Amino acid sequence: MAADLFFKSIAELAALLEAKTLSSTELTSALIARKSAVDGRVKAFNSSDDADALAQAAASDARRAAGQARGPLDGIPVGLKDVISVTGQPLTASSKMLANFVSPYDATVTVNLKRAGAVVWGRLNCDEFAMGSSTENSAFGPTANPWDLTRVPGGSSGGSAAALAAGEVIAALGSDTGGSIRQPAALCGVVGLKPTYGLVSRYGLVAFASSLDQIGPFARTVEDAALMLGAIAGHDPLDSTSFKAEIPDYRAGLKQRRPWRLGIPKEYFGAGLDPAVGAAVEKAIAFYKSQGCEIKEVSLPHTQYCLDTYYIIATAEASSNLARFDGIRYGHRAKGAKDMADLYSQSRAEGFGAEVKRRIILGTYVLSSGYYDAYYLRAQKVRTLIRQDFLNAYREVDALLTPTSPMPAFKLGEKSDPLALYLCDIYTIGVNLAGLPALSVPCGFTPGGLPIGLQLIGQPFRESDLLAMAHTYEQAHDWHLKHPSL
Amino acid sequence: MSSAPDLDLEHVAKLARLALTPAEKEQFSQQLGDVLQHIEQLAKVDVTGIEPTAHAFPVVNVWAEDVARPGLPVEVALRNAPAQRDHLIVVPKVVE
Repeated sequence: MAADLFFKSIAELAALLEAKTLSSTELTSALIARKSAVDGRVKAFNSSDDADALAQAAASDARRAAGQARGPLDGIPVGLKDVISVTGQPLTASSKMLANFVSPYDATVTVNLKRAGAVVWGRLNCDEFAMGSSTENSAFGPTANPWDLTRVPGGSSGGSAAALAAGEVIAALGSDTGGSIRQPAALCGVVGLKPTYGLVSRYGLVAFASSLDQIGPFARTVEDAALMLGAIAGHDPLDSTSFKAEIPDYRAGLKQRRPWRLGIPKEYFGAGLDPAVGAAVEKAIAFYKSQGCEIKEVSLPHTQYCLDTYYIIATAEASSNLARFDGIRYGHRAKGAKDMADLYSQSRAEGFGAEVKRRIILGTYVLSSGYYDAYYLRAQKVRTLIRQDFLNAYREVDALLTPTSPMPAFKLGEKSDPLALYLCDIYTIGVNLAGLPALSVPCGFTPGGLPIGLQLIGQPFRESDLLAMAHTYEQAHDWHLKHPSL
Repeated sequence: MSSAPDLDLEHVAKLARLALTPAEKEQFSQQLGDVLQHIEQLAKVDVTGIEPTAHAFPVVNVWAEDVARPGLPVEVALRNAPAQRDHLIVVPKVVE
């Protein structure tokens, strides 16, 4: 039975739970066993509290027996990236800095998932403080791609994507600052959604770059992503950037079929795009055309400046956010410091890994006296132009179709140069700078059997349209039914 | 931004309160030099009259009612402190 369970969708499992042919305890036990069998190779989990998960599952079963089940997520095990707080559970951000930190409170998304009855289970690996594109910058060591264990799962939410692809969780949450949900989703062959900035509360998320960070779901199907988004979206007074947006029934919205006008930004199909990825995306574009959608080439002329703009703004915000890790109130404290300044400098030197240090240095530099106007302020102005590019395109089209990542999963250790790794994000970072929603949906495989992702970029707070577009594609293809053999 | 970037790593590391080893200094100098060189191309963009964007969807004047709410109990709030005594966080001596 177990083998049939762990690759099922939320929607399928919810029907089994509802029919009482399956209990949450059975499902949760099957996933714990699956994790024991494969995670030694995949290494998606930083830690897990199995007893706590089984207690949540038993509570779900009791609710259902009493006729008080809370909906499709009740009893479904969901894994969380190790940057999202869960009361009483470790919160490491995959950093030595937070090696012994235990969350004193729940993130708002955690509260929302628990309210929906989900079994919140597992702390999933990521790049340290969500900084990276391969999950190799983790103090726990890298996660492997379930489709090829010698390759990266993408990042920074690589553990979330890999755990889902490997059948260790039914759905997961990640965070996306420059592509950290969509790129690993593409590289692991699952659906990943980055919501509009402000749709999902950031309260209880370890802050990386506050004007770019968003929490979003990983799921096997677009329908599951719609269910997850519906559970976590909504205004939160604890996050002052949270938006008072109307939350529609995303699942009901999947049935929308319209002759959408879809834009193809020519700048996203240039040099550096892997031919197999390009070919798969072209086929997806042809599919939409065959469905009566109008396909139109558009231009986002400032695309070439996205990477630089991103690395100035994201590192500047990170250097400010990570100033809180000073060895005083929580986190790693160096021993034998002479004075306070020494305590700060040594604790940070010992607690942070190389990529985090690089970004703190870069961010401090671009904000420092004499450089602020030339770097940070200029980047914020270019950000305005980048955002305007998207808004101009949306005068002519409803959404944009692009590759999610320029390349499929690369080998562990292959990209040691920081700049080469930063280039992995060229198709995803513009979305964060503009605050837009975007999702990655599987659209094929390379000749070598590695998953490829199609990115759909939507208009602010129009996730419902975006999900319907992706659902249309998914319904006519079977990529989401293929699974790695482990 | 037209001139070559001059990253004084020593100075910036001090500002960031981040002690770096000599090996890190050498490695970061080269790596961040490459990144800064890449970033130089932003100088080509004409930003005359363009307003800076701090947040994609500016939300201004978010007010909360000024009412006291329960916070974390002191034991919970201090649970992650590296050193504590008598419900206080212990730090190195600041004033002689």
